[in-house]
Amino acid sequence: MHEDTKGSKFLKWFLIGISILFIFVMLVLPLITVITESLKKGIETYWEAVSDEYTVKAVLLTVEATLFAVVINTVFGVFAAWTITKFRFRGKKVLTTLIDVPVTVSPIIAGLIFVLTYGRQSIIYPFLQDMGIQVVFAVPGIILATVFVTFPFISRELIPVLEAQGTDEEEAAALMGANGFTIFRKITFPHIKWALLYGIVLCAARAMGEFGAVSVLSGHLRGKTNTLPLHVEILFNEFKYVPAFAVASILVMMAIVILIIRSVVEYKGKKDA
Amino acid sequence: MKISKKSVLSLILSATLTLTTAAVFTGCGNKSDNAATAADQSSQEKVTITNVSYDPTRELYAAYNEIFAKHWKEETGQDVEITQSHGGSGKQALEVANGLEADVVTLALEYDVKAVQDAGLIEDGWVSEFDKDSSPYTSTIVFLVRKGNPKNIKDWDDLVKDGVGVITPNPKTSGGARWNYLAAWSYADKLYKGDETKIKDFIKKLYQNVLVLDSGARGATTTFVENGQGDVLIAWENEAYLSIQDKPDDYEIVTPSISILAQPSVAVVDSVVDKRGTRKVATEYLKYLYSDEAQRIAGDNYYRPSNEKILKEYSDTFDLNINLATIKDFGGWDKAQKTHFADGGVFDQIYDKK
Amino acid sequence: MRKKANKRVIPLFGLSMGVTLTILSLIVLIPLASLVIFTAQMSWDEIIAVITRDRVIASFEVSFLTSFIASVINAVMGVVIAWVLVRYDFPFKKLLDGMIELPFALPTAVAGIALTSLTADTGLIGSFFARFGIHIAYTRIGITVALVFIGIPFVVRSVKPVLEKLDSTYEEAAGVLGASRTKIFWKIIFPEIRPAVFTGFGLAFGRCLGEYGSVVFIAGNKPFETEITPLIIMSELQEYDYSSATAIALVMLVASFLILFLVNIIQSRNAKIMKGG
Repeated sequence: MHEDTKGSKFLKWFLIGISILFIFVMLVLPLITVITESLKKGIETYWEAVSDEYTVKAVLLTVEATLFAVVINTVFGVFAAWTITKFRFRGKKVLTTLIDVPVTVSPIIAGLIFVLTYGRQSIIYPFLQDMGIQVVFAVPGIILATVFVTFPFISRELIPVLEAQGTDEEEAAALMGANGFTIFRKITFPHIKWALLYGIVLCAARAMGEFGAVSVLSGHLRGKTNTLPLHVEILFNEFKYVPAFAVASILVMMAIVILIIRSVVEYKGKKDA
Repeated sequence: MKISKKSVLSLILSATLTLTTAAVFTGCGNKSDNAATAADQSSQEKVTITNVSYDPTRELYAAYNEIFAKHWKEETGQDVEITQSHGGSGKQALEVANGLEADVVTLALEYDVKAVQDAGLIEDGWVSEFDKDSSPYTSTIVFLVRKGNPKNIKDWDDLVKDGVGVITPNPKTSGGARWNYLAAWSYADKLYKGDETKIKDFIKKLYQNVLVLDSGARGATTTFVENGQGDVLIAWENEAYLSIQDKPDDYEIVTPSISILAQPSVAVVDSVVDKRGTRKVATEYLKYLYSDEAQRIAGDNYYRPSNEKILKEYSDTFDLNINLATIKDFGGWDKAQKTHFADGGVFDQIYDKK
Repeated sequence: MRKKANKRVIPLFGLSMGVTLTILSLIVLIPLASLVIFTAQMSWDEIIAVITRDRVIASFEVSFLTSFIASVINAVMGVVIAWVLVRYDFPFKKLLDGMIELPFALPTAVAGIALTSLTADTGLIGSFFARFGIHIAYTRIGITVALVFIGIPFVVRSVKPVLEKLDSTYEEAAGVLGASRTKIFWKIIFPEIRPAVFTGFGLAFGRCLGEYGSVVFIAGNKPFETEITPLIIMSELQEYDYSSATAIALVMLVASFLILFLVNIIQSRNAKIMKGG
């Protein structure tokens, strides 16, 4: 066993101290700032800002975009992880890199590429116009941007798990004549259950908070294409600092709830394994 | 790698599947809009229009939309709902040019409206569609300083002194900031009697004193007011008054000897109103801006009403004796933009390697 | 199919590959391609002229430098935090663990506004440092602070699982044999977690390079000093200069693609190591 000498005890608390200090200053203080600022003018002003018609609409839009992002990325994540880990093919590395690209693409560029693809500059714009579909500066654009920025979140969680599991069980089942969906349901799914849930939680967290890409694509139409983060910016720009922080505090609370769910999922997943 | 028939088939199948789901979700997100676009809205009970405007007009249009809704109801019996969008003027123009469906644009300068026109959305001749070159209200550029004016700032030449921290937004991204820049230029032009090297030197010194170059007018105000940066904020007159109204004990307004007549422009976006059938209400929306009632709202929100009679009612608020240059002194926006703000223009030159 | 049985026993290759590629194309590839197509309308000389403008180069410098420093800080702190979370028990450990992913969930704009009001000379932290003449908000330090915030989860998330799997018998043996703690760390632990640290570092670096929302609030945005590349792209857009914007965007894109590719190579090596035990 490791001996707990005085030196290592000092080191232990030193490292713990640094970690806590770092996280406190970098993460907790900003949160506290948001909360204290939002309550500066009393609970009534806070409630007024939070229950404002536009705030409620922004919450709904944020939830809608998040749901779409989670559903689309779950479908994609499962298929992509399955493809990458269960088969051998050329260009696998390129494929995995491409899937990861959205994480590092600047949100501004992410917004820009959708404007170029679906906006008036685009060759398919007249076609979309004829069908009566407005993508950019409308809800679909916001959804697309949200899906884009959270694109790899689920597949990234699944791939390591499936890789570690290997392909033996699936191969055996296939040789015994089971079809693909049965194999997935009976063999693969139980392995990735928790990782999938974990990925979904992360994806939802990130989707809620996306600002840059959505800001490029939204058009900032009040009550129509304003998500919560954009609404915060708008209030901020109207010199309504306290309401801005109040709306931001909704996001903070949503983030905390998501993080609690995350911890529970992680804990349960570990216990399961 | 040989691909079997079966896998090709399922590939095609899956492709169509995802495509249709994609189409369905993009479609359903917009159902309500489609219904609205289909018919002429003038016969319906309620009409909605979108006004894409710039940053400092938020309070103005919040108030104006109310009286316009009342006016429209009285005239036609129809309810009207106005959706507002605010942001940096250049960015807003760009978004409209890229497909943001705006029935009317009310932007910070003619040049930005022209950008929408160049995209083919507004027909030529919009400048003369409404009175006074289609600018129902004007503004000018003033200084906001901290209470007691500790750095004793009286005019533009005080801004280039050592140790004076200036806050102004970036003229490349902010419409308001272009007015700031041109106002400073007008002053230097008078001072040096048109000697361009000296003027450029003056402007360069001015921008060397800039502490924070925000991307928009509102951001600059926040930097100065909330985060306490700098000694002087070069601002829209109405922005400066708003800050004073909020915190009368903290700030003072200084009017320089020379400034510029800032003319925000309004226009109906022809291709959008024709498509949506909202031309009548959109035109009336802009026209009513010239009514006495609306002009007073502009005055209450610290914009200078273009109606001179009503402007006089506000002579206590505004310094009406200020010497104002206009954009015509710069040969119009196209020329000013090209000389000063385009890539490689004067503004880039003064920021080139010092 | 039979012949390749050893290769593809598991069914549904076509379907899953199809769905993967279709969604990938719709969401990522086609939009990215339109960026490339748009840039391709410019000639090489024009592109070079745009991306070598003094201000653009200065912005690359600001972006790469601050992102790099922030990612280094995150790499060090990430390892420390992951170590503390895996190896030690202390009160509120769960809470600390849960906090790590906050930067994912908190909108960057909110983070930017909060950090600015904290670190401005009038703010809680800013006023402390201002006494020593150190200004955080509206300087490169401010940008770095915002980027550290953004990048915290990446290193912790990639190092933690590796540390959890790491067998502590070697360290203990080395400890018994009298190796110093620093030696144990550098000789035994670090080689094991190195790929994970690089992965986390790379991801954080890539993310920081592109960060916009939080940085614009805190940066001050002065040309040559605190103007980041995404802001330049934004201002080109506002001048209706699409071609310049896309050209600069393409440079950023290539950079992030390269970073990711390296990360993935390192990671697949890492996976091999972990599998091989």
